Amino acid sequence: MLRLNVNGKVREISDAEASTPLLWVLRDELGLTGTKFGCGVSICGACTVLLDGTPIRSCSTVASAASGRNITTIEGLASEDGELTPVQQAWIDLDVAQCGYCQTGQIMGATALLKSNPDPSDEEIDTAMAGNICRCGTYLRIRKAIKQAAADMGESA
Amino acid sequence: MSSSPYTAMNAVFDAIARQAPVPAARLIKFSRRRFMQTTGIAGGGLMLGFVLKAKPAHATPGALQPNAFLRIDADGILLYAKNPEIGQGVKTSLPMIVAEELDAAWDDVAVEQAPIDAEAYGMQFAGGSTSIPMNWDTLRQAGAAARAMLVAAAAKQLDVPLAELATQDSFVVHAATGRRLAYTALAASAAAFPVPDATALKLKDRRHYRLLGTRVTGIDNGALVRGQPLFGIDQTVPGMKYAVYQKCPAVGGSVASANIDAVRKMPGVRDAFVLEGNGKFAELLPGVAIVADSTWAAIRAKQQLEVEWNLDDAAKDSWSDAEKKAEKLRKFPGEKRVVDDGDVDAAFADAAQSLDAFYAYRFVSHAQLEPQNCTAWWRDGAVELWAPTQTPGSGIRAVAGVLGIDPSKVTVHQARIGGGFGRRLYNDFMTEAAAISRRFGGPIKLQWTREDDMSHDLFRAGGFHQLRASLDEEGRISGWRDHFITFTHDGDRPVSGGDMSRGVFPAGLLANCRIEQTALDWKTPCGAWRAPGSNVFGFVVQSFIHELAAAAGRDHLDVLLEVLGEPRWTGKGDMRSLHTGRAADVIKLAAKKAGWGRSMPEGRGLGLAFYFSHAGHFAEVADVSVDANRKITVHNVTVAADVGPIINLSGAENQVEGSVVDGLSTMLGQSVTFEDGVVQQSNFDSYPILRMPHTPSIDVHFIDSDYHPTGLGEPALPPLAPAVCNAIYAATGERIRTLPISLEGYSV
Ligand code: FES
Ligand code: FES
Repeated sequence: MLRLNVNGKVREISDAEASTPLLWVLRDELGLTGTKFGCGVSICGACTVLLDGTPIRSCSTVASAASGRNITTIEGLASEDGELTPVQQAWIDLDVAQCGYCQTGQIMGATALLKSNPDPSDEEIDTAMAGNICRCGTYLRIRKAIKQAAADMGESA
Repeated sequence: MSSSPYTAMNAVFDAIARQAPVPAARLIKFSRRRFMQTTGIAGGGLMLGFVLKAKPAHATPGALQPNAFLRIDADGILLYAKNPEIGQGVKTSLPMIVAEELDAAWDDVAVEQAPIDAEAYGMQFAGGSTSIPMNWDTLRQAGAAARAMLVAAAAKQLDVPLAELATQDSFVVHAATGRRLAYTALAASAAAFPVPDATALKLKDRRHYRLLGTRVTGIDNGALVRGQPLFGIDQTVPGMKYAVYQKCPAVGGSVASANIDAVRKMPGVRDAFVLEGNGKFAELLPGVAIVADSTWAAIRAKQQLEVEWNLDDAAKDSWSDAEKKAEKLRKFPGEKRVVDDGDVDAAFADAAQSLDAFYAYRFVSHAQLEPQNCTAWWRDGAVELWAPTQTPGSGIRAVAGVLGIDPSKVTVHQARIGGGFGRRLYNDFMTEAAAISRRFGGPIKLQWTREDDMSHDLFRAGGFHQLRASLDEEGRISGWRDHFITFTHDGDRPVSGGDMSRGVFPAGLLANCRIEQTALDWKTPCGAWRAPGSNVFGFVVQSFIHELAAAAGRDHLDVLLEVLGEPRWTGKGDMRSLHTGRAADVIKLAAKKAGWGRSMPEGRGLGLAFYFSHAGHFAEVADVSVDANRKITVHNVTVAADVGPIINLSGAENQVEGSVVDGLSTMLGQSVTFEDGVVQQSNFDSYPILRMPHTPSIDVHFIDSDYHPTGLGEPALPPLAPAVCNAIYAATGERIRTLPISLEGYSV
């Protein structure tokens, strides 16, 4: 029996094998399909979730290693009543996505970055986001959206 | 493997890919003919005429639904997006066209992916940058028809003449009395009015557009940022199991034996079995299927799977062999003369100066971020699929063919697609899923791994070009010859995207121009890849023109404009052909915006390139620095484009930015090589995708022209590689004739 704390709720998974990566537990066992599979080997960032606020690659993290810690997925960013975070809102305002497939990982990475660095420079954004591939090439908008979210968070702080 | 592996539909997409001289007209005719066949409607009339009269599959009583593209009832306005969304933005831009003519406020509108229904929608697909040009008239008329019916209903209700009524933001307005009637309130009574004849409808003048040309955020963005299920990979059905499929790493190999019994005993595995397939590479190749309780259990079992392959019919393709053959062949004339204008030999004999160059480029992969997947549910002699396909219609036929059932027994639900770039024009993942579901006897989701995806693509073909051109006394290009060494699957026709026989820039512009083609045998499948053909021919010809300008000691800009000559359509009466005036305008605009001609610091240069594809005219100027270790920095790319009126400005800019990044990503370090028919790359470590720190700033300028609008998924890509290579030459004097440029020691 695996117990995970996902988006503030305790979830119990009875039949997952011990070696199962967190990615597949989230997607197949818990039905949280917002977290995406891209490469399976920690190169693309599509599967990024937050573990105690730190971005990790869920494709390469054994699910049991996350037990007892707080897992946040894209489904858990907005408030209970559906209010979006400034990062999510900036992604809509700037129409960042093309296919949208990488954007879960990008949004999770950006969320973690702004938590640790509320006013990042272009270079700091580049460094923090370099592990996330966007095959459609939306990087300029991602950078811009992070800056807008940072500005929004600064204003409301 | 069949000697003619293409299905009829693949031939159509290849035609799109090759950019036939009049692609729009051909496609519209094609879909019209198909439509008539399926509906039994004979005779002439606009395609729209019968599309609008078709009873939508999703008709509901009490709603205004004069055609398949919209439904208005008391609850709201719903628009149907007919084509697959692959990141090109059509789920937003196509409904925007309807909303504009309908005069609906965008905020009042909901959009749904349309069902796959050939009778209601004609061809539904994403390819060839054709969604906008093929649907522009139909969608405008669809919106206008509903608007006319709403106005008629309002006139009756208010008892005023039609001419006194106007529409705005989802209301019919009677200005004289200030009365306003909401579309939602009028819908039921409007539905009783006859649907107007499409050809009689008056469409808006472009100057009166309120929505088109503005920036609109993607219709799925709210769902995307919440992580809601949209993509193929997100689909689930009750009782669904998870499947993987192992094929022979060399195409054409079949299963001799496998440790099926051992695999069946692995934890979580429900079944494992061999599928013989039908041998067609875009349909069903032989392999071993594993069905398990979770994706991970299936992947783990696949890692333990041991297959002995029968390689008798397997591909033996080798890139290094191809290089050796090309190295020999390039010294001889090509097998076939596919273009032969004027007298090239005489031009060469009279040359003041001539130049030879050998260009080469590697195979590349589509590498869309969402690996192939499909959910299929076989029951009671029919199959239902949830598929991220660019061509649902041909997917239905392929599945029906492979399963030996009638196409009416195949239902496809269109999923959002995590990147297409042409890969999902081919539906192997659908036929595999359907076949596995039938054999297993229940619903399954087939999941390819990244490694499966990279080794079983329909690749963009590599190629080689031996060029010669002559300059006359004035430094004008007087003759041009290109011996193109390409590949063939069937010993006759070149592979998809590897054919110059319809003429490639500057053919048709120069008096003396010859293109020769030699095709090497190649078994591994090749397919359409973003801006097929153009994505490599653009690099070759636009680099070589710059070489010629440099040899003549002339400004590249002047030479390019001189090659274009007087403003004219190059295809007689074909408004989707290259127009030299539009071309010159984008070149001049890009040059002006980029500050062409300004002096640059040491080790830094500007490079220019133009290309025309998919009816889009694009010029790009790259600003690039190169250091002593051949490390390059692309500072900026300026893009000028003429694609006719812009539908969604935000989406349009996004497509151009994405194409620039894709072009750069591909030219820098992407290469797929083969040995014994086996792809040597397996994941993003050996097949690098450009990342944020190396993304240049990109300035996009659209010329506001009145021509028929065209699509933007592809035509911005081809000029990027030559613009960057020309800039590297300007910065260093070193000419790059090989892609990717990492092969010449360049890096970022
Ligand atoms: S799927 Fe985890 S990093 Fe790519
Ligand atoms: S939007 Fe398609 S991969 Fe990023």
